[in-house]
Order: sequence, then C-alpha cells, then structure tokens
Amino acid sequence: MGNPDKPIVRIRNLSKSYRRGSQVIPVLEDISFDIPDGEFLALMGPSGSGKSTLLNLLAGIDKADCGTIEIGGIDITTLDETALAGWRALNVGFIFQFYNLIPVLTAFENVELPLLLTRLSKKERRDHVETALRVVGLADRMAHYPSQLSGGQQQRVAIARAVVTDPAILVADEPTGDLDRHSAGEILDLVDRLNHESGKTIIMVTHDPRAADKAHTIRYLEKGELKDVCA
Amino acid sequence: MFALKLLWRNAFRHRLRTFLTVLGITVAILAFGMLRTFIDAWYAGVEASSASRLVTRNAISLIFPLPISYKDRIRQIEGVKIVSYGNWFGGIYIDEKNLFANFAVDIESYLKLYTEFILPPEQHAAVVRDRKACVAGRKLADRFGWKIGDSIVLKGTIFPGDWEFVLRGIYHGRDKTADESQMFFHWNYLNETMKKLVPRRADQVGFYMIGITSPALSSDVTLAIDGIFRNSLAETLTESEKAFALGFISMTEAIVIAIKLVSFVVIIIIMAVVANTMAMTARERIGGYAVFKTLGFGAGHIAGMIFGESLVLTMTGCALGIALTFPAARAFAAAMSNYLPIFNVSASTIYMDIAAALLVGVVAGIFPAWRAANMRIAEGLSRIG
Repeated sequence: MGNPDKPIVRIRNLSKSYRRGSQVIPVLEDISFDIPDGEFLALMGPSGSGKSTLLNLLAGIDKADCGTIEIGGIDITTLDETALAGWRALNVGFIFQFYNLIPVLTAFENVELPLLLTRLSKKERRDHVETALRVVGLADRMAHYPSQLSGGQQQRVAIARAVVTDPAILVADEPTGDLDRHSAGEILDLVDRLNHESGKTIIMVTHDPRAADKAHTIRYLEKGELKDVCA
Repeated sequence: MFALKLLWRNAFRHRLRTFLTVLGITVAILAFGMLRTFIDAWYAGVEASSASRLVTRNAISLIFPLPISYKDRIRQIEGVKIVSYGNWFGGIYIDEKNLFANFAVDIESYLKLYTEFILPPEQHAAVVRDRKACVAGRKLADRFGWKIGDSIVLKGTIFPGDWEFVLRGIYHGRDKTADESQMFFHWNYLNETMKKLVPRRADQVGFYMIGITSPALSSDVTLAIDGIFRNSLAETLTESEKAFALGFISMTEAIVIAIKLVSFVVIIIIMAVVANTMAMTARERIGGYAVFKTLGFGAGHIAGMIFGESLVLTMTGCALGIALTFPAARAFAAAMSNYLPIFNVSASTIYMDIAAALLVGVVAGIFPAWRAANMRIAEGLSRIG
C-alpha cells in the first residue's frame, strides 16, 4: 500500500493549449493540485473539458506549455523524449478505452511487451506475464489473439499489460467506455482491487457515474479549469 | 526473436497487399537479375580472356590479313612462349540462322594456348592426324546432335565453296566461363585449298594469338611486336586478349548502356511501389505505433519496426526472385544459345540483387519511419477508435 499522506503527484500552474492554424485554443489553464499516494482519482467533466489532455500530461505522453508535474519526486516536464519514454516504461501503466492491444500478438505477447524494455531474462518475463494474466483472471487465454477475446477480456489483457512492470501509477482513459454493463462492472472491480490490494495510484478519466463511484476522489473539469472536488 | 516474430506477423497482416507487393519485388528482382546476367553474357568474352594472351592483327583493320611469315619473327621476341594463328572462317551450317563461331586455326598451338578447352587425348591425336578434322564445343555438338566421326559441311562466305569436315574432337570447358559453342579446324586445310583456288589469298592469317611467359611482360611484348613490323606493308596492332574483346563490345556499347538503364529503372519502379505500400501500412498503424511509444518504446524502436517490415517484404521478394532467376536463366540460355553461348548467373549478380533489395527496403521505409518516429503520442492515440 502507498502512503496516503504523501502526494505522489504534485501539479503546479499547469497550462496547455493547442494551435489550430493561427488560432490558439486553451485546453487547461493554471491547474494546481496534488494526488496522494494510493489514491483512486476520477476525472470527470463534459467533452472537451480537458480531462484526457490532463491525463496525457500526467502520464508523460504530451507536453505542457507551462507549469510543473512532479511525480515521485521527478519533474517530468523537464525530461526529454528519450528520458520520458524510459520514465513511462517504469512508472506508469496505461489502460485505454479501446484496449489498444497489438492484434498480431497473443495475450501473452501483448503483456510481455513492456517487459522487453527491461533487463529481465526470458524466464523472468514469462513468470511476470503469467502472474499478471492470473491477476486479471486470464491465465487460460494466454495463447489467444485479441480477435479471439471478448471486449471485457481484451480490456483485462490491457490491464495485465499495464501492471506487469509493477508501476506506481495506473492511468485509465474511459476504461469502460467500450464495454457492456456487465463487463464494465468486472473491469471496475479489477481496477478497484488493484488500488486496494496492490496500492496502485489510479487516475481515471470517465463519463460513467458508476465508474466514478469506485473512486475515492472525483475532480470535475470544465473549460480547462478544475471546479469541484468530491471525496 | 520477439522482434522478428512481430515484424513477420506485421508484414503478413494484409495478406493480399503483401502478396502483391512481394510478387512485384520478385518480378523486379528476377528482371534485374536477368538483365544483369544478359550484360555479363555480353562481356563473357572479356571475362574468359587471359592476361597471358595477346592478339596481333592488321593495324588498319581486322578484315585485313597478315602474312604467315610473321609467325617466326614473333616467336623470337623475348617473353613469347607460344604463337598460334588463324582466320575467322564465317561458314554457314545448312542455314544462315544456325549461327556459331568457326575458325581455321593451327590446332596444336591453339589448344596449348587455350588450356580451358579440354579435349580427350585420343580425340586430340585423331584431330592432329586428320587434315579435314574439326573440333566442336560440347554445347555446339549437342545443339546439332553431332557425334565423333560425323561429316560436317560448311558453306563458305569469306572463303567460297562447300567445305567438308569430319568431327574428330568435342571439347568441354574447364569452367563456366569457357565458350563451348565454337568450332575450329586446321588452318593448313584452309590454306592449301586457297593455294589451289585463290593463290593470292594463301599464306595469310587474320590474327595471331600469342602466349607470353608472364602477364607482367604484356606491354613489353606488345611494343616489341608492333615495333618489328612498323613501316612494313602490313603493320600490326597488338593488344591484350581482354582489350581485343572489349574492342568488340565497344561497338555495341549503346545497347549495353540501355540495358543497364532499364535494369535500374526496374529497381526505381519497385522502390516506388514498396514505398507506397510502406506509407499505407505506416498510416494504418499510426495508432499502434503510438501505443508502442506510450509503453516506453522510443523513436528508434518505431523506425526499426518500419524498416524491419519493409526489409521483410523486400528480402522475401528478393529470395524468391533469386530462386527464380536460375531456372529462368537456364531456359533463356537454352533459347538464346545461338547468340549468347555463355549465360550464367554470376555471384556478383546475386550480390547486386541483394543490394538492390536492401536499398529498396531502406529507401521505402525512410519517410514512414521518419513520420512515425516524430509523431506525437497523443495525436497517434486519437486516431484509434
């Protein structure tokens, strides 16, 4: 379990805008907040409010215009592309709305992908992958390709891929957005279990109030500004 | 291992597109290999030439003869080991379409000079004994179904009349570069006949073939021979056998250049086809590449994946193209043996095939790799769904 008194994420004066031709469109404006270690945070808000952009910035897959994002004591806004890629591989697990599995790789191989960037031996990689797939309940589907799995099963493979390197933070962008009610429930239970049992800090963007109910904290974004906090 | 598996599976994800692209590369490599082999065949005489052999001919032109009396004077020059001589006979066998090279030569010295023509000893002895004997290469004998003892009649063009020979020897080449489609017979037979029919054309040879003791002496011997006959009625031009053969090639230089250009155009066309395939592939997979980047794979990994996939396609096509080049070359050689007696796929052609395929693979991957490597992850992910 993480230390809830200590923030794992410190965001200060974060701003982000996009350019469309000569027009500058502000997406996030002067955002500051902390996320405690072991937190399960849901980011909600209308479409275009900047939720996914904020998530991308926190996960180090996009660059802020200004401000700082300190994660685990490292200001990731100062890292270059190569350093950021290495940091992502070790510290963040990603869960996407459309699972984003590689279709030509089996469930086992998809989960193994992030481990290829580590120094683990083949046997160690195998052990890690098997453990991760067991955690998500898909130990018997290792050799299946994504097209041979249901949406819920694919998302569970994606979760196994996200946790296989044992990152401190999991970021999830609408993880139930493409699933039926039953599968969505299973995925949310799994994410909740990862938070409770493994102490992962979860940052989840969602429109689904049922998903948000699982979170400890809900932050609302509107027009690029943080509005309310519900604990 | 994992990377190879990923590259292979990605490359064959769109089977029809991959099949058509590989087919295109296969055909291009086959065409490239055949054209390069055709150029090699053109230069076969040059390749077969020896640095220890010189050719002396009339300085005005090859069609003007030299006196046979030059033979002894050439033999006396330091560095000269063997002197042979002969005439291009240019006889026709039954029909003009049955084209092959035939010479009247001093057979004994000629075979000593051309050690790459292997003649069994008993046949050699039979050839020497019989004034009307002729020797044919194995391919030529096979082509017309000639056997030892067969009577062969050539219709003379330069030397008029019907000339009757008896096939006493069939030589085979020591290696693949030796021309097995020639026929030669005793120069004395030609000369004695000419003495009776056209005496003014007797005792004249078209060329001297000279064997020297060391290739290093080539230029000294050349200068010495031409020096002896300077200011004579028949001045000589001596050159290495290679230069002599290249002299013939230079007459058809334009054709060779055109074939070379076509072979490169084939590669440029297939380069455009593969580049188009890779651009389409990379565009479709931009989301996938974004996922790889998200997981921590760097721009180098992404570029490696695209170049790797491009090379899987081109090298698969290259392997198939090379495999097909050999039977295609054999079939072409059989059909064109009248004109191209040596048509062998050389090692250098295979290396050029591989180099061309590598070049196509790399060039085709440059733009998509650059684009994918520099893509913003958030932008790539936004293409999914």
